[in-house]
Amino acid sequence: MKRIKTLKTRNLCESAKKGGCGECQTSCQSACKTSCGVANQKCENVAK
Amino acid sequence: MVHQYKLNGYNIVLDSCSGSIHSVDDVAYDMIEMFEDHTWEEIVNELLEKYKDRDDVTKTDLYECYEDVLELKESGQLFTKDTYEDMAGTFKERSGNVIKALCLHVAHSCNLNCSYCFASQGKYHGDRALMSFEVGKRALDFLVENSGTRTNLEVDFFGGEPLMNFDVVKQLVAYARSIEKDKHKNFRFTLTTNGMLIDDDVIEFANKEMSNVVLSLDGRKEVHDRFRVDYAGKGSYDQIVPKFKKLVDARGGKGYYMRGTFTHFNPDFTNDVFHMADLGFTELSMEPVVGKPEDETTLTAEDIEIVKEQYEILAKDMIRRKKEGKPITFYHYMLDLEGGPCIYKRISGCGVGTEYMAVTPWGDLYPCHQFVGEESYKLGDVFNGVSNDALRDEFRCCNAYSRKECRDCWAKMYCSGGCAANAFHASGSIKGIYEPGCELFKKRIECAIMMHVSENEDE
Repeated sequence: MKRIKTLKTRNLCESAKKGGCGECQTSCQSACKTSCGVANQKCENVAK
Repeated sequence: MVHQYKLNGYNIVLDSCSGSIHSVDDVAYDMIEMFEDHTWEEIVNELLEKYKDRDDVTKTDLYECYEDVLELKESGQLFTKDTYEDMAGTFKERSGNVIKALCLHVAHSCNLNCSYCFASQGKYHGDRALMSFEVGKRALDFLVENSGTRTNLEVDFFGGEPLMNFDVVKQLVAYARSIEKDKHKNFRFTLTTNGMLIDDDVIEFANKEMSNVVLSLDGRKEVHDRFRVDYAGKGSYDQIVPKFKKLVDARGGKGYYMRGTFTHFNPDFTNDVFHMADLGFTELSMEPVVGKPEDETTLTAEDIEIVKEQYEILAKDMIRRKKEGKPITFYHYMLDLEGGPCIYKRISGCGVGTEYMAVTPWGDLYPCHQFVGEESYKLGDVFNGVSNDALRDEFRCCNAYSRKECRDCWAKMYCSGGCAANAFHASGSIKGIYEPGCELFKKRIECAIMMHVSENEDE
C-alpha cells in the first residue's frame, strides 16, 4: 500500500480461539506494583 | 475502535480491537479519520481541496487509498468492532477460584523511613511484624491447593523490607522447591528490596533462586536521598548503589528491574532514568507516586503535563540509544506486538482479589499489596481460605468493561480497566477511575507504539 504501512501484530480476534490458558504472569507482579498494565506481559501459552 | 495520533513525526493509527497498528502518511491519516462518517464524495472533495498544492494527490490516487482502507477494514485490521465484552466475565468464571500468585509480606517493618511510602514505612498502618516460617509455609500450601491446573506460580517477597526476614525467605524457597516437582508446579520468585541488607549471601541466593529482583532506586542522588532515608534522616544512595551494582553484575542475565518512584519534586524523572542508565543499569522502571491529593509529594495537574512531555523525551532517547547499540529497557514501554497477551488477558483485569492476593505476616489475605491495612478489604486468611466471597465476587467483576469511563476508551485493551487500588484511593470505589493515572497510561502506550513504528520505518 502506497500510503499505509501495517506493522506485524498478534491478531487479537484470532487469539480468542486458543487464548485464556492463564499461565502468564499476573499483571502487577514484576516491576510496577502501583499501576496496571497487561500489554507488556509475555504470552506463555504453550499450545498457542 | 480506532485511535489516531501524531508523535515524533509519525502518523499512527491503532485499531484497538484487532491490535493492528498502521503507520500512514498525512493523506491516509485524514482519510481514515473521515472514513466511517463521510461519503466517498465528501472525502475526495475535502482532501482534494486540502492538498490542492500537491501533485501526488489526485482523484485516482485518493481512490487507490480509499480501496486500501476498505481492504484493511474488510480484513479485520481497521474499524474492528468491539465484540469482547461477554468474554471478559467468562474467562474469570471459567477460571473458578484459581489463585496463581501471592505477594508475601514477610516483613511489616523497614530499615528505611521513606515518607512517601504507600505502606507507611512498611507497617501498613499497623504494627511491625515479621512472617513466621509456619505462616509462610501455609501460604505456599494454600497457593498450591488453590492453583488448579496452573503450572506457573508466582510468589513475591515483599514488605516493608523482606531482607529483614531473610532466613524465613530462604526457608520458604527451600520448602517450595521441595514440593514443586511432586505437585507439578513451577515456582517463580521475585524479591523487592531497598538494598540496605544486600551482602554476598543475599546476592548468591537471589541470583540462584529469584526469577526477578526489583531494586528500589529513585535515580539521581539528590532525588533518591530526598525521601529514601534511614531513621536518622541519612540518605541511602551511597550505601545501596554499590550493592545493587554488585548484585546486577553477578546476575548473569537473569531478570531484574531498577524501580524508582517519582513525585511532585521530580516530574522531570527522565533525568533519573538516564542517571540509572549512566550507572550501567539497563532494566529500568519509574512509577508515579501513589498518594492522597493533599500529600506534598502528589503530582499536580501541572506536573502531569510535564510528565507526559517527559515520556516523549524518554521514548525518543531510547530510540537513539538503541540505534547507537546501547539500548535500555523501560518497563512501561515493553510491548511485544507479536507475542504479547491474548485478548482474554487484555480484558479480564489484573487479577487483583481473584488470581492474585497479598498475605500479611500473620496470614490474612487481601486483594493485593495496596489494600493491606484496609480492614474492610480483608478476604480471609491462609488457614481457612477466602471467607469474604462477596468481596471476591466484587473483584471478579473488575475488568475492561466494568467502568463506564472505559467503554469508549481505546486503551482498555492495554490496561484492562486499570488499577483497582488506584481507583479505590482516588474515588473510594474499586469501580471508579483514577483519571491522572489513565492520562499517563495512555501517553505511555502511545510512546511505546511509536517506538515500534519508528523501528519498523528504519527496517
